[in-house]
Amino acid sequence: MLILTCPMCGVTAEETEFHGGGEAHLKRFGPGSSEDEFEGYLFMRENPKGVHFERWRHANGCGKWFHAARCTTTLEVFGTYAAQTYEPPAEIKAVISDKRPGWRWREHS
Amino acid sequence: MSTRLATGGRLLTKDKPVTFRFNGKQLRGYEGDTLASALLANDQMLVGRSFKYHRPRGIVASGAEEPNGLVNMGDEGKFEPNQRVTTTELFDGLSATSQNHWPSLEFDVGVINKYMSRFMPAGFYYKTFMYPRAFWKHVYEPFIRQAAGLGKAPKARDVDTYEHYHAFCDVLVIGGGVAGLLAAKTAAQSGAKVMLIEQTAHWGGRAPVDGGTVDGDPVEDFVEKTVAELASMENVTLRNRTMGAGVYDHGYVLGYERLTDHAPEAAGPRHRLWRVRAGHIITATGAIERPLSFAGNDIPGVMLASAVRDYVANWGVSIGDRTVIVTNNDDAYLTAFALKFAGLEVPAIVDARPAGDESPAMAQAKALGLRVLHGHGIAKVKGNKRVTGVAICAQAGEGAVLEEITCDAVAMSGGWSPVVHLWSHCGGKLAWDDAQAFFKPDRDKAPTGADGAGFVTAAGAASGALILSDALGDAHAAGQAAAKAAGFTARKTKAPKGETPAEAPMLPVWMMPQGASAPLRAKAWLDYQNDVKVSDVQLAAREGFESVEHAKRYTTLGMATDQGKLSNINGLATLAGALDTPIPQVGTTTFRPPYTPISMGAIGGEARAEVFQPIRRTPMHDWHDTNGADWEPVGHWRRPYAFVRDGESTHDAVMREVVNTRQNLGLLDASTLGKLVVKGPDAGKFLDMLYTNMMSTLKPGKCRYGLMCSENGFLIDDGVVARIDEDTFLCHTTTGGAERIHGHMEEWLQTEWWDWKVYVANVTEQYAQVAVVGPNARKVLEKLGGMDVSKEALGFMEWADGEIGGFKARVYRISFSGELSYEIAVDAGQGQAFWDALMAAGAEFGAMPYGTECLHILRAEKGFIMIGDETDGTIIPQDLGLNWAISKKKEDYLGKRAQARSHMTDPERWKLVGLETVDGSTLPDGAYAAGEGVNANGQRNVIGRVTSTYHSPTLGRGIAMGLVLHGPDRMGEVISFPGTDGKTYEARIVDPVFYDKEGEKQNV
Ligand SMILES: [Zn+2]
Repeated sequence: MLILTCPMCGVTAEETEFHGGGEAHLKRFGPGSSEDEFEGYLFMRENPKGVHFERWRHANGCGKWFHAARCTTTLEVFGTYAAQTYEPPAEIKAVISDKRPGWRWREHS
Repeated sequence: MSTRLATGGRLLTKDKPVTFRFNGKQLRGYEGDTLASALLANDQMLVGRSFKYHRPRGIVASGAEEPNGLVNMGDEGKFEPNQRVTTTELFDGLSATSQNHWPSLEFDVGVINKYMSRFMPAGFYYKTFMYPRAFWKHVYEPFIRQAAGLGKAPKARDVDTYEHYHAFCDVLVIGGGVAGLLAAKTAAQSGAKVMLIEQTAHWGGRAPVDGGTVDGDPVEDFVEKTVAELASMENVTLRNRTMGAGVYDHGYVLGYERLTDHAPEAAGPRHRLWRVRAGHIITATGAIERPLSFAGNDIPGVMLASAVRDYVANWGVSIGDRTVIVTNNDDAYLTAFALKFAGLEVPAIVDARPAGDESPAMAQAKALGLRVLHGHGIAKVKGNKRVTGVAICAQAGEGAVLEEITCDAVAMSGGWSPVVHLWSHCGGKLAWDDAQAFFKPDRDKAPTGADGAGFVTAAGAASGALILSDALGDAHAAGQAAAKAAGFTARKTKAPKGETPAEAPMLPVWMMPQGASAPLRAKAWLDYQNDVKVSDVQLAAREGFESVEHAKRYTTLGMATDQGKLSNINGLATLAGALDTPIPQVGTTTFRPPYTPISMGAIGGEARAEVFQPIRRTPMHDWHDTNGADWEPVGHWRRPYAFVRDGESTHDAVMREVVNTRQNLGLLDASTLGKLVVKGPDAGKFLDMLYTNMMSTLKPGKCRYGLMCSENGFLIDDGVVARIDEDTFLCHTTTGGAERIHGHMEEWLQTEWWDWKVYVANVTEQYAQVAVVGPNARKVLEKLGGMDVSKEALGFMEWADGEIGGFKARVYRISFSGELSYEIAVDAGQGQAFWDALMAAGAEFGAMPYGTECLHILRAEKGFIMIGDETDGTIIPQDLGLNWAISKKKEDYLGKRAQARSHMTDPERWKLVGLETVDGSTLPDGAYAAGEGVNANGQRNVIGRVTSTYHSPTLGRGIAMGLVLHGPDRMGEVISFPGTDGKTYEARIVDPVFYDKEGEKQNV
């Protein structure tokens, strides 16, 4: 059971207080998008062994969504950050680069 | 035979005798006994039968690793199967029965399996029960069912109570042996908050039995002194009878405390589940002795050497009068000495190691006049239900018998394995120690926490430090490291000095003799409970099951309730030998929590009966309850299914409610419907994205029915939206959907359209809502007086704020029944008073409350869909003929793109129709319509299914809705629905609106 810190209200809490929401930084494709684009948006997900970016909601707390950058193998949490962003913030990427030199996730590194 | 000795038994209170029953026989023991020691004291060596061959099984161990001694405990509400005799403390009145045999423990017909054993090799179940297929139902399955399962499932409700405790500490130490005690003390001296848990009732672990000194004093004194010190420290919590069950992510640990198992009459909960968050964890879980693999090593009377020693020292019980020791290490010599000192015979110490330098233990054996046979092994144990002797051979050979020794017990030791389970649960890696032939925690590969640092440290024997002096040094360092890891400064202290006689190196022995012939290997057991032999693992390897995880499942090695605590290392060493691969390369199977089984009661804790899940009640709940409500769970709510009167069946009540609502006046408690306020300058734009319809064009004062889809295009909810003002909408959701749809809205607002100016609030419980339905609906409201509810002032699909009968009310003219209908929301606190006023005023108009089943029939008669009946997560609005509720003008809404995918526009998708049985009967719910021909599996093709079906009292016949292939194009066609009752129902495809197709009744 993970411990996460909600960046919106600052509370550090048990995983049971949060609700996982799958992969972060998906780009929505709506009407007019191609079959490939829509399939990618709706179904295709990263399944990395290592650095990953996830969506979480502080469901039994402040109710806000946020993102967590963590390692799927060691369970290390590199940081959490607000969900209102299209890509991982520079300071989060710097923490990961420090601990996992040469990491890559989708187009991010 | 095994018996109680006149002296000894350090854990017994001899002036407190206890009586207990085993298989109905009354026996005597002492307070301090385990059920195992008490049974052995009464010469009850035979305790069960093995799983596959029903071989007689005796007690092998003295602790949690015991594979054989599993019994049914207690009766009725206290009955529990598979209780381990070695970890069950004896109490007065204990009642246990043996299991897995028929008709009796002594004579078991299943033992026939034993003679079939050459026909039941590893993988037997996979190989044999495959073909012919027809045999499954009548031959294989009954056979497997009869043979499967250990113990019996309890039948009565558990009368005990259980609870959960949440605890937080800086350092959690698991295991209260010398290493755990010292590590806890060292960590606590830094000021860290320390919790120490021990699975047994006693502190000190094996050390008091194994002996040695600490700083010159007997180790038992060290234990006593350290426990006293810890007890006096305010920052230390000590819990015995508490097992570390599992280590999980980021320092989460489950502890399992058995509070009253040893004193069932005591008050309070039986078990307590500790949910601990620890800054750092020390696993001081000790080590477990390994059996040796020789023929007949499963015959009752063959026991681990350490267990034989424990029974003598702790409980004053001798396993036999003449015990042969067989070993590959010095430790088992201690058992010989203990027996000798107790006045018992040790005819030989069979030591697999060739003669070499004489160790202190060997010297002492010589001094005591014990016969030591170096370089020898046991070819075979003689006996059936009890050991009668052993045949001795050269360890190096194939098992040629050199000599036979008469004995009634065998004490074996194949070396020790650190208990690495808790280290491994959360990903701690293991390293192979060649010298001691065991896996131990790899210090550099501890499980890691949120910060990426290791959060578990193994201490003492659990980390591979088997010798007392090593264990103390290791535990002291672990205590300091844990304090530091938890953010404290360790005090500068020195580790106490432990002293035990030096030991000669052990010799890995995976088979005895090393070249054992095939018949011997087929009688050398690895897993006692599941009947896995050396030959089975070798066969698995030959048949290509080379991965240890595959070999485990193929042979069932280590899959019994003991989870291979004794068998794992010997099993994988055997596999490694068969594959000619080094043991570390074969690796281990995965260690999973819990360490030993924990009760279901403890897992449930307080969450049972009324407190299992809170029930949500509407303001009128109690009124419903006293007025005949037949309750139905809907989400966390309870809603009246029907209000049943005296002398009525539930069905009668439903029929009455439908007729009365259509003819007079019905009242429905609709408070459970979700009510979400969506507010802000962008509220209209937001709802246009959430609903398939256009909501931004809705005028204030008006209502509109809306559909909500997921991004996959599938229907997730529906309900009426009312526009309150330019910026504000009130969205009704289904009863079960309020929280889910609120979350859905928040998700999109926060994570996709975060710059839109919209707030959402769930106000479901702020209002009591009553649907006033039927031809007399307006009359009762006019009688109560207040706002104008005439057709002119408040038309269909309009809403207004005002006052009714003195109650502040918001009135929606919406209808889910097809009748003249007002849904009226009042403040929740006024709900009951408003309901009472409606009932009183409505009496002269025939007012009656109605429940959810009536609601369902009313809506089905009108062809209205219900989320969860007509939808199941795979249905799009287009399937239900709801195209009218899908805006063609909007560029986008959630689900629009998905609904354009090829499968969604496929004309072969089943579509909603009405179904009318030819004979007026009611279609079975969920029935499938059979079509022409058969599919690839030879089953009849299906062309549709029933989604809602009722008897309509209004129409006097069965009506249904269903999804049917090309349904809307097949109006009038009769299709058949085979029922599970053997009958086939013929139904005509019709329009789903059965009643008042023009909608005249609701629009008056
Ligand atoms: Zn929060």
